[in-house]
Amino acid sequence: MIGIEHYVFVSSILFVLGVLGIFLNRKNVIVILMAIELILLAVNINLVAFSAFLGDLTGQIFAMFVLTVAAGEAAIGLAILVIYFRSRGTIAVDSVDHLKG
Amino acid sequence: MIQLLAFYLFAFLVIASGAMTILARNPVHSVLWLILAFFNAAGLMVIVGAEFIAMLLVIVYVGAVAVLFLFVVMMLDIDFAELRAGFIRNFPLGIAIALVLLAELIFGIGAYKAGGLELGTPDGAAAPLLGESNIESIGAMLYGRYLFLFETAGIILLVAMVGAIVLTHRGARAPRGQQNIGKQIARRPEEAVVNTKPEVGQGVQL
Repeated sequence: MIGIEHYVFVSSILFVLGVLGIFLNRKNVIVILMAIELILLAVNINLVAFSAFLGDLTGQIFAMFVLTVAAGEAAIGLAILVIYFRSRGTIAVDSVDHLKG
Repeated sequence: MIQLLAFYLFAFLVIASGAMTILARNPVHSVLWLILAFFNAAGLMVIVGAEFIAMLLVIVYVGAVAVLFLFVVMMLDIDFAELRAGFIRNFPLGIAIALVLLAELIFGIGAYKAGGLELGTPDGAAAPLLGESNIESIGAMLYGRYLFLFETAGIILLVAMVGAIVLTHRGARAPRGQQNIGKQIARRPEEAVVNTKPEVGQGVQL
């Protein structure tokens, strides 16, 4: 039968994939943001699985708040990306430090 | 049995599409793989009996966040081939760090399976309501114990919305010329039309 460790295993692999995505696509901010979404998704799977297997709904409530923060983070991140592209004409993060505050 | 099959199907698909998200050459394909990953994660959550969060995942992530990503990827005119320049160079370091992280996580799971870790036992205060559906239990908790946190989440979303608008707003354009009707009517032919007689090859001085 499916146990909690199955879910923890899937979510750890997804989490590691997200971290790997940040390392592999170091120049492409859009893919970095998507990798962060993957990491948050892994965390959500973990929270929901533990909540269901322990019979305690707090994990699902918390997953909802994580979802809220992820949505806000994506909106702000993409807004920053758009103004960065407007001012520099590229989204390569190598040159982010050129902004100097 | 069917539950087990569904779990392995969803788990395989969520991991495969997660891998394709970070490996795809075209960011538009990345977004589409990400959407597939979200759908399969929602399937995993349905199996475990958390329908509400699963539906929320589909609505919020697929309906809002992924579409936002698609809009931004398609609106910006970017040379994506140039952005993949460091891909091969970063590969060994990235794989090494990912493997170390994965090994640590698997050690944690192994410690739990060997009995070295005790999961906490819930106090029952947040147990699902007996005989009620998942969404009713969550609603009762959300509008009871977690009411202030829920409203704080709303404020966070409001701040994020205002922040995104403030960041990307370009400000009002320069106003266009206003029509002055009195000036138009007061205009006479004598001051509007001039007769000149230029020499050949001289042109007119305006």
